[in-house]
Amino acid sequence: MTATLASALDAAYDKAAAGERLSVEDAVLLLGKGDLLTLGSLAKAARERHNPGNVVTYIVDRNVNYTNVCVTYCSFCAFYRPPGHEEGYVQTFEQVAARLEELRAQDGRQVLLQGGHHPDLPIGWYEGMLRSIKARFPEINIHGFSPPEITHFAEIWKLPVAEIVARFKAAGLRSIPGGGGEILVDRVRKIIAPMKATSDEWLAVMGEAHRQGLTSSATMMYGHVETLAERVEHMDRIRRQQDETKGFTAFICWSYQNPNTNLLRKVKDPAGAHDYLRTVAVARLFLDNVRHVQSSWVTQGPKIGQLALEFGCDDMGGTMMEENVVSAAGTTFQLPPDEMERTIRDAGYEPRRRTTFYEVLPPVTVPGARP
Amino acid sequence: MTPAATAPVDAAADLKRLRAPADLADLAEKVVHRQRLSFDDGVRLYRHPDLLAVGRMADLVRERLHGDRVYYNINRHIEPTNVCATACAFCAFGRDAQDPEAYEMSHDDVYERAAACVAEGATEVHIVAGLHPQFDLEWYEEMLRGLKARFPALHLKCFTSVEIAYFCRLHKLSHETVLRRLIAAGLDSMPGGGAEIFAPEVRTQICDNKCDADEWLQVHRTAHGLGLRSNCTMLYGHIEGDEHRVDHVLRLRALQDETHGFQAFIPLAFHPANTRLSHLPGPSGRLDLRVIAVSRLLLDNIPHLKAYWIMLGEKTAQVGLSFGANDLDGTVVEEKIVHMAGAESPERLAVDRLTFLIREAGKTPVERDTLYNVVKREKARA
Repeated sequence: MTATLASALDAAYDKAAAGERLSVEDAVLLLGKGDLLTLGSLAKAARERHNPGNVVTYIVDRNVNYTNVCVTYCSFCAFYRPPGHEEGYVQTFEQVAARLEELRAQDGRQVLLQGGHHPDLPIGWYEGMLRSIKARFPEINIHGFSPPEITHFAEIWKLPVAEIVARFKAAGLRSIPGGGGEILVDRVRKIIAPMKATSDEWLAVMGEAHRQGLTSSATMMYGHVETLAERVEHMDRIRRQQDETKGFTAFICWSYQNPNTNLLRKVKDPAGAHDYLRTVAVARLFLDNVRHVQSSWVTQGPKIGQLALEFGCDDMGGTMMEENVVSAAGTTFQLPPDEMERTIRDAGYEPRRRTTFYEVLPPVTVPGARP
Repeated sequence: MTPAATAPVDAAADLKRLRAPADLADLAEKVVHRQRLSFDDGVRLYRHPDLLAVGRMADLVRERLHGDRVYYNINRHIEPTNVCATACAFCAFGRDAQDPEAYEMSHDDVYERAAACVAEGATEVHIVAGLHPQFDLEWYEEMLRGLKARFPALHLKCFTSVEIAYFCRLHKLSHETVLRRLIAAGLDSMPGGGAEIFAPEVRTQICDNKCDADEWLQVHRTAHGLGLRSNCTMLYGHIEGDEHRVDHVLRLRALQDETHGFQAFIPLAFHPANTRLSHLPGPSGRLDLRVIAVSRLLLDNIPHLKAYWIMLGEKTAQVGLSFGANDLDGTVVEEKIVHMAGAESPERLAVDRLTFLIREAGKTPVERDTLYNVVKREKARA
């Protein structure tokens, strides 16, 4: 390492340690050249500034992917089926309700309601689904419809985003997942998801949702065709949006998962754990206006998922009964509530369940959890 | 030791880089000034909450020894039989002779597997097996001679201490006689398995029928005296405590002070599935990395430390390269012992993947042979 580089890194470390806002250049430098364990310690200190105390949260939730029919054809996705495909499905409200009864039995508090971009279900069908969930499961928050879905709805229904958000909110929607963020740089999106919402569209949906009082999470899927500078550009767009509308509760990043997707041909080497931990640490340092950073144990596995708590994460995300999208791409890590509790305790933290809105729930005794 | 080990100390720069918390400052001073750590220091390092601070100390030591080089090799494991009388509590590999899953290879089976790996560019075979009365010293002498005759350039790294001790009992011969006969037949070096945990209160519970710590060490002492190099291991993450792990590596350190014959220390993560200890959760990633780091700091006289991806999985092994490890081991073909215990790692990692993981961790991949000579190849391998 040259002396110039070492002193530039030291300056960026000092800035991060002091809690000063990092520039895009600082973040690119740290992501590319920073020492992994130094980044981790700085990010953990930042996590303690944002979330003091010894608690690590998680949420008991489940995915409901009400349809896999999709007309967006993203090259990295192994979940969708085109219209007319024999494996395509749309679930009935009763099928959705049966899944939520299972979630209720686990005292679950969130349903992650997402589906393929179906070409012809009408808005009334979605409003009906939301109302039927809200009526039968008032304690379960509906965390639904990532921005690309809402952009898709705006196109097929020819309605403004603001009106869709308002009508969904009236039907029971309270928060929006950050899915489909991928990398918020259009050069990258054109390669991996050309038919999905543009960066501006994605951010516009989030901004509109925030203005109407919904919260959302922000995500990043990296490790495909983007550069390190483009990862930071993604984080910067989220940070700027957050300065304006303040509705992002958490940031979650994960690496692109091989192997059952079309993007495989363009990505020879799926990103490793080293890259994941540096990325999550730099995100914690850079996103000084987003309170929570989740660990992605679903993609990284329980060992690295737990280790991410040393690199700035304060939340373990959801227990994710029935994860369909990542597992369709070949990753099948499971972390049921008892293992979740043990994993958090083993890292030296107190596990606590939370709501979508990061309200910490009273401690619970999880059957089967080891002390 | 490499020349880097004797480079001048820039204590101020090193201390700054360690960013040690106040209650580790004394140990950081020791590490920066290359002072030997004590038993109590080792226990403190295991118990300190700041895992990454401990990791940074180990990373400094690794860098002094190896710069940015990380080694891998191209090898194959051959396990001639899984029939084993030892019945260790942590093992999912051993079978009774009557078990339908028991298997026994012939010499030709072994040669066939060796031929396949030589064709793929392997420089080493790693041969260990269950303790089986028909697989005696003569059987293995013939195997070694047969391998050497067919594959003179292939390095034969064979037999843990436990197997050597078994041959001694079976034939009523001394360690030295058995080792001399195996060396004469073609043995090139010894792997480090069977060490498990030396402390008797743990060892009697997990592998009571296996040779004890003194005999394990005595076999390596004898082997080193006869000019063989060997590795050493520790199986952690079952019923042992911090003191047992520290005691274990300090016994290895003491022997290394005498003989200088150990090349690498390899921490082995316990895999509980299909063993009599399957009620245990197995080690966390935190413990995996802690063991790598603390071992690197305590073992100041053993040059190499492997993050053995077969045991750890590629993700934790890669992160281990920032916690003091400088070797990912091989593109091992047909590993059975750990996979029988539920290891989820693939049975082999291609060279391309290994070198990608090393580069992603900011290091330079270097192919080595068993004795850590650099292997130069004509063209990049697929």
